[in-house]
Amino acid sequence: MFRHIMVPVDLAHEERLGHALSVAADLARHWSARVTYVGVGTNTPGVLAHTPEEYTARLAAFAQAQGVAHGIEAAAHATIAHDPTTDLDDALLRAVDETGADLVVMQSHIPGLMDYVWPSNGGKIAGHASASVLVVRG
Amino acid sequence: MSDTDSQGIPAPEGHAQIIETEYEIGQDNIETSIGPFGLDIHNPVFLISGLAIIAFVFYALALPEQAEAFFGWLRPAITAQFDWFFLGAADIFVLFCLFLIVSPWGGVRLGGADARPDYSYIGWFAMLFAAGMGIGLMFYGVSEPMSHFSTALGGVTEEGGVRTDWAPLGAAAGNEAEAIRLGMAATIFHWGLHPWAIYAVVALALALFSYNKGLPLTIRSAFYPIFGDRVWGWVGHVIDTLAVFATLFGLATSLGFGATQANAGLNMLFGIPVGPTTEVILITAITSVALISVVRGLDGGVKVLSEINMGLAFLLLAFVLLAGPTLAILTGFGSSLVAYIEYLPALANPVGREDLNFSQGWTAFYWAWWISWSPFVGMFIARVSRGRSVREFIIAVLLVPSLVCVLWMTVFGGTAIQQYVQTGYEAVMNAPLELKLFEMLKELPLTAITSFVGIILVVVFFVTSSDSGSLVIDTITAGGKVDAPVPQRVFWAIFEGAVAIALLLGGGLSSLQAMVISTGLPFTLVLLLMCWAIIRGLQAEKRGA
Repeated sequence: MFRHIMVPVDLAHEERLGHALSVAADLARHWSARVTYVGVGTNTPGVLAHTPEEYTARLAAFAQAQGVAHGIEAAAHATIAHDPTTDLDDALLRAVDETGADLVVMQSHIPGLMDYVWPSNGGKIAGHASASVLVVRG
Repeated sequence: MSDTDSQGIPAPEGHAQIIETEYEIGQDNIETSIGPFGLDIHNPVFLISGLAIIAFVFYALALPEQAEAFFGWLRPAITAQFDWFFLGAADIFVLFCLFLIVSPWGGVRLGGADARPDYSYIGWFAMLFAAGMGIGLMFYGVSEPMSHFSTALGGVTEEGGVRTDWAPLGAAAGNEAEAIRLGMAATIFHWGLHPWAIYAVVALALALFSYNKGLPLTIRSAFYPIFGDRVWGWVGHVIDTLAVFATLFGLATSLGFGATQANAGLNMLFGIPVGPTTEVILITAITSVALISVVRGLDGGVKVLSEINMGLAFLLLAFVLLAGPTLAILTGFGSSLVAYIEYLPALANPVGREDLNFSQGWTAFYWAWWISWSPFVGMFIARVSRGRSVREFIIAVLLVPSLVCVLWMTVFGGTAIQQYVQTGYEAVMNAPLELKLFEMLKELPLTAITSFVGIILVVVFFVTSSDSGSLVIDTITAGGKVDAPVPQRVFWAIFEGAVAIALLLGGGLSSLQAMVISTGLPFTLVLLLMCWAIIRGLQAEKRGA
């Protein structure tokens, strides 16, 4: 059914990734699909890394660990945004095309008042991506 | 596809000397939410600067008369005492930049030896320029050359041994040709190498310590070579808080100028009354537009507006050039440049000046204003300059904008002066500062259209300053994080407008200028130290081609 699953991850808030990681791994095993973990970094030093290379290495290590833990074929794809506060959705949508994934599994929060003003990233991706999108809550 | 759609992270960037420090970016930050608004702010920089600004706005609004008296005293008090300091420091920055161009460190590439630029030259220049001068060019483009020309022509006047005229240097009483040269030289002096050298120093320090050393994108990082790990403590908090104040008041001053000028223009075109009410409405409306841009971010908002601005400004420039006395302007460009170089040493001299009104009232104020803008413009330039070599960077930040300013001033100011010299048109000379641009346009065809374009330009420049300023203050107050939640930028954008309103009501433009000068003063010291830190930082880098 699905051959390539993309999972956006925010390494600065790994604890908030919740069920998305295990859901993606389950689906990958079910369909023998490979998983690409996508991270959006900046070219300015950030919480996670001093340089883009450091960030890429960190994301690759994360993907490898996930692959080993869940017994799946895992890869990492890092992309940069000039202004991640506002460009995150666009960067992720670009990554969907770049990776050629046919399913996106991503974590989202339970919608609140502010989601009427600023839709969640999951909502925006589901609304615009060419691939199928599974938004995992909680 | 535009150059900003970077595909993936660039390949390894080559040699760069990362500074290893115990400090983790964001370690002092508080991540929380107030109601539905998420926050990620630096403690205590955000709290101190945020609360101080709020208190300041309330003070100026609650006691406008007291505020007005205080600010009225403050400005001359500081410029009279410290004019030599401002003038001398600015000279040092120019020499420092010129030295870096020819030094072997010019080959160091920002972002590592193999880094590639994120933005094309056009997008880069547009943002540099819109952020760096913006409203000022609209406000002073006609008014400053005209003011210096007419005061120089008027000659030296004295009262009890004290000069009462505002002419630069020794004036040029009755000598029209020399007054033009002196007027243009003095104007270009204020808009040429000196301001851009100030920006270049801050921008270079930030870019170097952030892209090459891996330190957070805040002002304090530049001081790592001097203070070591202590920059993460109180020394750094003070530096960053000073930067936030300088930026806010620098921006607010420009917003005040913008509002006054837009108001004057609207009054002339549509008869809209001039006064605080209209100005407050203008600031509020324009801040709202800035909010939209800020929420759309760097590529979607700021860059797009900067490019629109550059397009419009270029059209207006081309129009005035063609519709005005074209030949006189074109020859004026060369002779203004020569006059600038000729008068530069005398104008830049920090001590023993006799033209105190000019050197304190104009030059020292300008230097303080540029310096208070420098954290903002500098950080903004740094953020969009990754991948340039130091030499390319300084040439682009110092020489290109200086030449554009010469051109701008020659076209706008030169036209107004020629109108007076050739036809005796005195309206520009007699108009208040904010109206001079529109009086000049009146003598050219299509007045209604060009004046309207002029107002639009003021407004859009206003917006680009406000939105890029909010991005910068947000980054500083988030401890160098560039991915802090949107509500923080919204907060700063609103308060820039609020400070401008508070100061306009509490004493008008002179209050704005007083605050700029008083925040510029301590920051001048910060900038001088920065030059030393840049040298230390460059020493560790590999010199490229």
